[in-house]
Amino acid sequence: MGELITSYPTTSPEPQRDDPPIIEAKDLTKVYKMGETEVHALRGVSLRIWKGEMVSVIGQSGSGKSTLLAILGALDVPTSGSYKLDGREVASLNDDQLAEIRNQRIGFVFQKFNLLARSTALANVALPLAYAGLSSREANRRATEMLKLVGLGDRLDHRPNQLSGGQQQRVAIARALVNQPSIILADEPTGNLDSATGKEIMGLFQKLHRERGITLIVVTHDPNIAAQSERIIRLKDGLIEYAEEVQTA
Amino acid sequence: MNFLRNFGIAIDALLANKLRSGLTMLGIIIGVASVVALLSIGNGVQQSINSQITSIGTNLVTVVPGQVRITAGPPSSQGIRAPTQTRPLTDADADAIRARVPNLLGVAPELTVNNVTVAYQRERILITARGVTVDYNRVRNLEVAQGRWFEAAEDERASRVAILGSEAADALFGGLNPIGQTIRVGNAPFTVIGVTQPVGVGFAGNPDTSVFVPLQTAYRTISNARTASGARRVSVIFISALSSEDIARVERDVTEVMRQQHGIREGVEDDFTVLTQQQFLSIAGSITGILTLFLGAIAGISLLVGGIGIMNIMLVSVTERTMEIGLRKAVGAKKRTILTQFLVETITLSLIGGTFGILFGVGIALLVGATGIITTTVTLDSIILAVSFSLAVGLFFGIYPANRAASLQPIEAVRYE
Repeated sequence: MGELITSYPTTSPEPQRDDPPIIEAKDLTKVYKMGETEVHALRGVSLRIWKGEMVSVIGQSGSGKSTLLAILGALDVPTSGSYKLDGREVASLNDDQLAEIRNQRIGFVFQKFNLLARSTALANVALPLAYAGLSSREANRRATEMLKLVGLGDRLDHRPNQLSGGQQQRVAIARALVNQPSIILADEPTGNLDSATGKEIMGLFQKLHRERGITLIVVTHDPNIAAQSERIIRLKDGLIEYAEEVQTA
Repeated sequence: MNFLRNFGIAIDALLANKLRSGLTMLGIIIGVASVVALLSIGNGVQQSINSQITSIGTNLVTVVPGQVRITAGPPSSQGIRAPTQTRPLTDADADAIRARVPNLLGVAPELTVNNVTVAYQRERILITARGVTVDYNRVRNLEVAQGRWFEAAEDERASRVAILGSEAADALFGGLNPIGQTIRVGNAPFTVIGVTQPVGVGFAGNPDTSVFVPLQTAYRTISNARTASGARRVSVIFISALSSEDIARVERDVTEVMRQQHGIREGVEDDFTVLTQQQFLSIAGSITGILTLFLGAIAGISLLVGGIGIMNIMLVSVTERTMEIGLRKAVGAKKRTILTQFLVETITLSLIGGTFGILFGVGIALLVGATGIITTTVTLDSIILAVSFSLAVGLFFGIYPANRAASLQPIEAVRYE
């Protein structure tokens, strides 16, 4: 494993841009309590991501990359540090506002797809729209459209167990996209797929990124996937293992 | 997120796991059904006892000789313990009450003679003969099913006419018409002029297994019943007040008249006892109260078992659905929305389960009632009690774990294994 990791590409620098970043994190830390011991998942991570970027977050398991992504996706809160999304401090938002951000601004794709097992593909994709308050007719129309976009126009009424892994992840991607968020966060999206299907899924992400200008942050430990992104952030033991200043100065 | 939409989600969730929903409902069904059924039995017993007590007469005040204490005993002792000291009642006492207590529906003394042989042709039975006055059937609520009651003139003349209780008539005559037939009561021949309506076991002797004859006739033919002073003895005096509100007044007046009749001085205890239906009702009330408590305890146990079942399944359900809850939060569900979803689910479960429970409970009550052993009465109270309990159980055991899950950070819930 150790040798493999050293063969990852080195972390690349921030782009030079004048517009404000949509994601700006400073000194994020996250401490989990596991019984009596404390686990420091993040020890002070700062990063900035601009609109339309495609960024990979890599690192060994336990390096804190999934924790970082969960905080960026407003699915978790940091123990300390500041996280601004679109210039707004996320820590200052209440529960309902966080729910709205998760609903409107961010689409999250999980390694294990996390589809509702007993609901159809269409119902799964329409779920965020229901929480957004759309009528079920409109929600179904948009969900259908989105499933067509990911190539599952003929699988609307299939349940997750009637779909292959790749198809399930396409449904999950459609669900992440359906409210037209500007940011998609994907946590090991190909981790549960064979390499051919993984390639397909990454192709889909690439296409969405290119054609729709979606900001994409992908957590992965696969160097081939990381290589497809425009920038790589490498975590080690809860810290970013790169020297931004050195590269950009 | 409107309510209807949430209701739809809840129904989907319930339909998604029919077995689990069914099992959860089963707990509620058993609990509600047992409450409805057992309370219906309790109510039925209470009602049938009360109606038996009221059937012994309308607004009845009863005078018996001696000091009598009322206790909750088996029906055979009729709730009355033997007098501690006996000075007999006489027909003069009855006349005095009739004359000096105003506003009565009737006064009916009875001479009770147990174990009298009554015979018709070759049939012989041993029953209770009751020498009574003409008011007796009115005071004791005794309906004549066949033939007629005797007249005042027949009592005065000591006519040998008899009215049979329904069971006595059956025993003697089988299916034949007894009216006009001659029977022997003791050694004397009597003409049967009537048969009473069946009453069932009463609190002051069973009329169904009795033969009624005019009081004067009874003195002549069955028991001359003279006291030492030569007065005619009666066993019990029934008095009917005009209304239930008047019973206390009648009880007071009768006591006073009786004390004067028996020459009892101030400060000396009564040598007779005046009983009212209220006293019987309150004894019966305390008995059925114990019964209802007992049944309630049994229903409580089954509700507890049902409740534990619900809790178990709800906890498993919420744990199993932690990932689902996390996912729903991750795609934008608010905490409130999650809670509402579970609220609607548990309410729906409880109400559907409660409805089936009521149906089963009523069904059990009807079945038990159909056996004829106990009467059952399903009351609205018991249904409301059962349904509100099932709702409370459903909410408590559903909302508490749901609230815990909904309060999790979504990522913890999503990653939950």
